Amino acid sequence: MQARRAQPFWWQSRTLRSYLTRGTVFTVLLLGSVLFLFPLIWMLSTSLKTNEQVYRVPTVWIPNPIAWENYPRALSRMPFLLFLRNSCITSFIPVIGAVLSSSMVAYSFARVQWPGRNFWFIVLIATMMLPGQVTMIPVYVLYSKLKWINTFLPLTVPWFFGGAFYVFLLRQFFLGIPQELSDAAFIDGCSHPGIWWRIIIPLAKPALATVAVFTFLFTWNDFLGPLLYLREERLYTLQVGLQYFRLQNQVNWQELMAASLVVLMPTLVIFFLGQRYFVQGITLTGLKG
Amino acid sequence: MPDLRTNAIRRSARFWRDAITGYGMAAPWFLGFLVFTAGPIVLSFFYSFTAYQITTPPRWIGLANYRILFFDDPKFRISLYNTAYYAGLVVPLTVINGLFLATLMNQNIPGRALFRTIYYLPSVISGVANAMLWLWVLNPRYGLINTMLSWFGIKGPPWLSSAEWAKPSLVVMSLWGVGGTMIIYLAGLQGIPQHLHEAAEIDGANAWQRYWRITVPMLSPTIFFNIITSIIGSFQVFTQAYVWVESGVGMGAGPRDSLLFYVLYLFRRAFGELQMGYASAMAWILFVIILVLTLIQFRVARYWVHYESAPEGGI
Repeated sequence: MQARRAQPFWWQSRTLRSYLTRGTVFTVLLLGSVLFLFPLIWMLSTSLKTNEQVYRVPTVWIPNPIAWENYPRALSRMPFLLFLRNSCITSFIPVIGAVLSSSMVAYSFARVQWPGRNFWFIVLIATMMLPGQVTMIPVYVLYSKLKWINTFLPLTVPWFFGGAFYVFLLRQFFLGIPQELSDAAFIDGCSHPGIWWRIIIPLAKPALATVAVFTFLFTWNDFLGPLLYLREERLYTLQVGLQYFRLQNQVNWQELMAASLVVLMPTLVIFFLGQRYFVQGITLTGLKG
Repeated sequence: MPDLRTNAIRRSARFWRDAITGYGMAAPWFLGFLVFTAGPIVLSFFYSFTAYQITTPPRWIGLANYRILFFDDPKFRISLYNTAYYAGLVVPLTVINGLFLATLMNQNIPGRALFRTIYYLPSVISGVANAMLWLWVLNPRYGLINTMLSWFGIKGPPWLSSAEWAKPSLVVMSLWGVGGTMIIYLAGLQGIPQHLHEAAEIDGANAWQRYWRITVPMLSPTIFFNIITSIIGSFQVFTQAYVWVESGVGMGAGPRDSLLFYVLYLFRRAFGELQMGYASAMAWILFVIILVLTLIQFRVARYWVHYESAPEGGI
């Protein structure tokens, strides 16, 4: 029971105060969201302007006429389909590698009893804290000794070795799957790899989707990797290609924005389709404290 | 006692079978750990005491790399200063603004889901396209920001073309991605049990007191997490600076090296000049800096981070 208070004046009423607070919060968020959206709108708007409109003052917001031709023109300035193919190779293969290897390793850490398991799990977590620059140089030397420079191997093969963050994330998810399910399968004579493949993977689809989404976004947007290992134009990904586009052409903002927007498109699509998987990644890794 | 013995054998058989399956299924990670992490750590530590250009074998030069870095390399100092400057601005701004936005968004207001999407979206945008977008947004004459500032009669700064404004430019761009931090806070806020707030309300605590006495302490592990990740991330800033420097500003490393960040300098030493030993020494210094900053945070955390049902004495 709430203690009875003296009757408040109307301006002290809870309803009014609550409306005022919510109204203020709403207004602040609304103004802020305009700020947050503006760069993207600006990008889209610029990509559809003629050269003259780009530099006109006051600023043109809605291009008239709409210069659709910026897109084909921008893309024809680079071997777009080739770069697209390279980007797909260096994104989709890692997705397959990360999902398969991380889930298998995570199963081992979550569901199989083996001596030293806890120790190695701590080591696995510790590797997440290590800045990549420390290992970057020896790994580069290794690839150059293996003659892997100017192949896609350095950007795909490592993904088949279970990334620490993904193993951690999936292990958390697997721990939440009822043990009874695997026990029942055990009694029916199913082995650990069998349980992983036939029971855990189908049940863990949302978590695996999170891993796939994270891996895709990372590899699609990765710049340092392709910059280091793909030194020939025929191997460039779209990220490197965009940089190259910029270097090859005079400042031509409308086409640069068109090309950038095309490169961003998969990220935007995945974001809108898979937003819940991002949020799930956060809840799973226990970041909520 | 035949029964017990067969049981023991069965148990031991299961133990061995599980051990073999367990190591077998974790084998990819073990192999990857050896080849891509443990081996390279040892090698890079070794390289840091050598002169090494890949084509010829590493030559032992003792502490020479470190000596040059600390005493004879002004660029190293500049890159360290630039990075610390950037981190010093971006870490508090991200941590505080992220919390501010998450707090607002945690209120019961119409369009919450839409707002969340709008603020979160920019944080997933990264890579070269993002750097190109901001090159244009920050254009001093025709860019979005200075156009908007001119509506209020403010003459915007020259951003990337001046040494003073180059680093703040990067800070502004990074803050556009504050939604990533915000979403982590939101997850944390939703984990705070409602009954704590209700109990405090009955005790007569107003919204402001409840926020500082319940929400913030309950959220402190999340705040701590965001501080740590944001420090680590800001010390490794690379792609945006690289793209801006190589293709936009076009003056070495920004006007008067103002965009020469640590990892950018390391990258140039390693892959521009092929000084792998020198760059390895830089990588180790970076590692130590990040480690020390993280340890300091953990130390300080004892005084302000609150853990529900934490074991005695800490984290």
